[in-house]
Amino acid sequence: MTPQDQSRATTAEILSDYTSGAHRGLVVDSPPGAGKTTLVVSTSIELVKADERLMIVAQTNEQVDDLVDKLASNAPGIDIGRLHAEGFEPPDRVTRHPGVTLHNKIENVENCQVVVATADKWAYISGRSWPWAIVDEAYQMRSDKLLAVASLFADGHALFVGDPGQLDPFSVIESDRWTGMAWDPLQSAVAVTQRTNNLKVHQLPVSWRLPASAAPVVSRAFYPAAGFSPGTAPGERRLELPVRGLPGPWDPTIEEATASGWALHELPDRHTVRTDPDVAHACAALARRILDRGAIAHDEHGSHPITPDRIAIGCAHNDQVAAVRAANPPPGVTIDTANRLQGREYDITLVWHPLSGRRDATAFHLESGRLCVLTSRHRHACIVVARAGIADLLDHHPSSPRMQLNVPIKFPDGWAANHTILAHLDQHRIQP
Amino acid sequence: MSLLRSFLTVRAVREGRAQPAATVRHAHLSAEPLVFIPLRLAGEAAAPLAAMVGTGRADARLLGVANPRSRDQRFTFMAELAEIIVPYIQKYAAQVEISDTKSAYERCLDAPQILVPNPGGLAFIRLIGRSTRFRATEGPHAVAPQVPLLGRWLTFLHERSEFAGSAMLLAMTDLLAEHWVTGLSGPENVNLAGQLAWIDPPDGMTGQDAALIAEDPLRSPPAGPDTDPGFDRHVLKPLIDAPSPARLHEALRGQLEPTWELMWRAVDLLRAVPDADSAEGRWERDRTALARQNTWIAEGGLPPGRWDSAVAAARRLAGLEGAQQSYEASKAFDDPLVMAEHRAEGAAFTGRVITVDADRKIIPPGKKRLVARPLVTIGTSDPVRFAPGKKLLSPARPKQGTVLVSVDADIVTLQINSGMTKDATLPSPGEVVCYTELDPAGGRRPALPDVTETPWTHGGPPPEYVPTDEDAQEAWS
Amino acid sequence: MSRLDAIRGRSLPVDHDARRIAALAANPACDRRAVLDAAGIDKAKTVEHLGFPTRFGQSPFAVSRTQEFRATVKAHGGAHILRLLREVLGLSVEEAGYHDVGDVGADAGHGVRYRHTMAVLKSAAENPADAATLVDHPLLKLGVAGYDVYLEPDVIAFQVDRRFHVVAIKSFAIIDGQADSGKVSAAAREAAVYVHAMRDLFAQLGLDPERVSHDVVLICPKDFMNFPTACLVDVRLQLEALKRQLQRLAKIDTLLDRLPPGLSLDLQLDGETPTRPVPELSAALSSIPARYAPECLSACEMAYFCRDEARACGSLEALGRTVRDDLGGVASLPVAMDLIAGSGVPSAEHAAIAERLGFVRRIFDEVVA
Ligand code: SF4
Repeated sequence: MTPQDQSRATTAEILSDYTSGAHRGLVVDSPPGAGKTTLVVSTSIELVKADERLMIVAQTNEQVDDLVDKLASNAPGIDIGRLHAEGFEPPDRVTRHPGVTLHNKIENVENCQVVVATADKWAYISGRSWPWAIVDEAYQMRSDKLLAVASLFADGHALFVGDPGQLDPFSVIESDRWTGMAWDPLQSAVAVTQRTNNLKVHQLPVSWRLPASAAPVVSRAFYPAAGFSPGTAPGERRLELPVRGLPGPWDPTIEEATASGWALHELPDRHTVRTDPDVAHACAALARRILDRGAIAHDEHGSHPITPDRIAIGCAHNDQVAAVRAANPPPGVTIDTANRLQGREYDITLVWHPLSGRRDATAFHLESGRLCVLTSRHRHACIVVARAGIADLLDHHPSSPRMQLNVPIKFPDGWAANHTILAHLDQHRIQP
Repeated sequence: MSLLRSFLTVRAVREGRAQPAATVRHAHLSAEPLVFIPLRLAGEAAAPLAAMVGTGRADARLLGVANPRSRDQRFTFMAELAEIIVPYIQKYAAQVEISDTKSAYERCLDAPQILVPNPGGLAFIRLIGRSTRFRATEGPHAVAPQVPLLGRWLTFLHERSEFAGSAMLLAMTDLLAEHWVTGLSGPENVNLAGQLAWIDPPDGMTGQDAALIAEDPLRSPPAGPDTDPGFDRHVLKPLIDAPSPARLHEALRGQLEPTWELMWRAVDLLRAVPDADSAEGRWERDRTALARQNTWIAEGGLPPGRWDSAVAAARRLAGLEGAQQSYEASKAFDDPLVMAEHRAEGAAFTGRVITVDADRKIIPPGKKRLVARPLVTIGTSDPVRFAPGKKLLSPARPKQGTVLVSVDADIVTLQINSGMTKDATLPSPGEVVCYTELDPAGGRRPALPDVTETPWTHGGPPPEYVPTDEDAQEAWS
Repeated sequence: MSRLDAIRGRSLPVDHDARRIAALAANPACDRRAVLDAAGIDKAKTVEHLGFPTRFGQSPFAVSRTQEFRATVKAHGGAHILRLLREVLGLSVEEAGYHDVGDVGADAGHGVRYRHTMAVLKSAAENPADAATLVDHPLLKLGVAGYDVYLEPDVIAFQVDRRFHVVAIKSFAIIDGQADSGKVSAAAREAAVYVHAMRDLFAQLGLDPERVSHDVVLICPKDFMNFPTACLVDVRLQLEALKRQLQRLAKIDTLLDRLPPGLSLDLQLDGETPTRPVPELSAALSSIPARYAPECLSACEMAYFCRDEARACGSLEALGRTVRDDLGGVASLPVAMDLIAGSGVPSAEHAAIAERLGFVRRIFDEVVA
């Protein structure tokens, strides 16, 4: 079976399972770039064809706008309501579709065939119900947010889609009060629903985003239980560097990445301040060099030059983001933390390794979701920038996780995942 | 911790004494706090061994259990404790006033304040509350009527204490750490004696030297609830094996008195720090919560069950998050030293106003009419990490909503969006201003479903909580 | 005589128990601890002689509470245990055979008891009747740093449906379904050592090691009662960490090669009294690199000695990991003090942190002045 067939078969299976109405809830695990949005779009089209009403819950305005845009582009005939907060300024990619009604009052959009809004906005709606609902990025949603919206579709059928490998939702409150309880509000929406209902889980089998060079290692490191395969064959995605290289610290790294899809740009071993200026500088300079060399991406859809908006630099901390911004990166390149890069896609990503220059490895820096987000945003290549010494650091900090009763342990463990990725990067190490 | 606190830790070592982390006291301090130092029998979850309790330095009451293994003696101890703590709380709970706000509500005139030495003390209070609030006062395992009441009040105080900014039950080491940074590492900083050694070292001694002495369990017995294993072995065990009530009493006093002194010394040190502006407002919320709880008990309401339902948990989490956010922000608004901590992390900046375009009018996107949107430019040498579009507030004009327009090298441009009523002033050129992303008001939060309407995603409506016989009789063995 | 024996000198090696082995993970980066443990040196006695007595100690009340609880759990042929195993494993067993390996006599040597344990477990494992079996006081063996270490577990091995579970009895309470996370974590690390050792033994017996489950049964008092309750604890992550740790200790030779030749930590016991001159012993210890952090205070007997040493040589780590982390790249307290005071010219590698601290100093002075 080709990846296309495999993926089509799974989608068809999910669609018929969901629209049969036999389940009040279904979960779809979607690894990075596995066509989650495509699934949401085809499900919506199917339901609208059957003259059903659907509500879609996403987590951020950006996600909602992306979805609305995709849905309206794929099925211009559908009548879509985009419910938003007062004072929200909708982007052009949403307003350009004539079939989309935008409003901050539910009265004005509730008759649309599909109504889309963030969980935060849906939480203020009451006294209405929908027979069908899709909860997107459900692993990023906190359980209490689901509680605030679930009544809207409690008598219907819900589809929870999301990526189980990414970062868990977060709270400023560290409380043990609910630890071990099935409905601990600090867990993700899927975790709570699964522990109280044990819903059927489907899994999307193919990553359309990750190239053949990345899918196997990401799958092995972060999705050990249920792997996935790449949608393209080795060599189908290719980067080309028309401008000749120069001597200097950057080009060998870029060439390794274009040739193999990975590079570890390794700076000398040193403990540093979190905002290590050398790493910040390297991230910015590598991004600039990629553009200077006029990189061109060839893929299954054709060829296109790599423009700044196709490059991202990902960090663990906000102050690292600020440090990269201050290091004179090319304008237009996305620079953000892992949390905010969730669900996004680029041609090339540069990653500030969360453990670079550190003296010890804390749970935050070892968290597998963080590294997973950072190393699974790219369609072509991923360049990791780090100080040497991470292998030793990991050896000195074998994880001894905090155990709590009745809390399911998490796989993969961040420590093991870090080792897997590092072992892979080792084969692509460039020391400038 | 933050960079400023790390800076202060090193500075404390350099100067040989603790450094201030606040210029004002952020917690309300009662005129008559009740200091409570409980000790527990090692190896047991919540078996009381002794406690020193009282509302004045000279008014220490020592309670002890001659045989901590005996269930009856434990409840006698709890009854004695209840005789002290329950009236102390009820005295405050009984005096109420009606607020003069739009929708009037009841609040107490003042509230109790219980001070324990450390977080372990807080956790122990929770356990005492849990183990006594369900007790039956008649039937096979009857206890004195005050005992379940003690449990209910301690449970209430502990639950309130988890809300940031509440001051009815506080751990002294937390309170001190909020106001001073010592040269002790995190794990060592929960030692009250060590902390005070750094904050107020004896003449001629550095904090480090004083703390070395203070950590010797023979000179400063642990502040509880866990006892020193050496004391257990060499003193306590012989006195329990061959009972000698008088000597036991003295031995326990010897373990508790040093901490008692430290607690009152800490109270004195904190009294000397002036009150923060918003501390009274937070105390008012405590007083309101107290009145509500008193009514609930008086009207026959049940004690809280063992577990929160899904809805109760979510609701409580929202409350905790709101309190946390607003406390963090209020502290920074009240205290430039706390704000400095946020400046060091890039969550605030200070600078001098260069220009003010007060008459600027624009048509906001999606609107039709011209509205006033003054522009302010500020020169700053703080690193500003906010992106355009970020909403910012200033402690000087907390009601004035602003949004960051641009950052160009060290010039920040802000647009003022709201809070420009008649008597409000705009920043003026030359003025030193501070802007931050912190917001003391906290956000609006959507309603959650009623417990009886818990959706299936969260297990459906839970059975109604009814105290069971098991709750009431649970043997203490 | 091996290098490790030479380092220990004439004292007898102390026995490892699972807690000690599990505690190796507490500060795995520390060579000093690795060497002391591998050599079987009595750390408590050593630091006491050096004037930094450990402050661990267990209260006699805690000890007797543990014993009492254990007796309650095991009373009546393990009736409680069977009840709890039925509950947590969802079994319908009504009765189980009970073997006490400890029966061979308290003064039987380790070797004898170990062989006995092997025989009992083997026959239980090969028992075709599939009867449930409880094996109490099994004696297990583990290779640590090239040594065989005997473990005297306070556990019971339970077999049913051809699967073995380690049963650990602890006396901390499970209150309303929750227990102290630190204690649960410690219990899980310890239980992982037993699971690992049992799997080892199975491999030796030619049995499938996977027949020893990674789900450990933890038995504790319920709420405030003396009544036992149980919970399943999945120790897979702890097993992984333990394996890495043992591999590291297996490479102890490379570590030993870096130590001064002739290094001896012998206490020169005269009867029970150490006679080794303190400065000499102290210097010998200091020649093994350590990595003190305040977390050691609750994890390692050497902590007060190492803290004193770390302070004396101006280690910034003694102020805690957060400070060390916030002042990334600065290792020494005197340097840190210069940097926060802005005195002296920072070295190139400290330029970034010096700038940030300069800013912090400026705003602090601004506010406090
Ligand atoms: S206390 Fe000393 S020997 Fe023990 S782990 Fe810490 S540094 Fe190593």
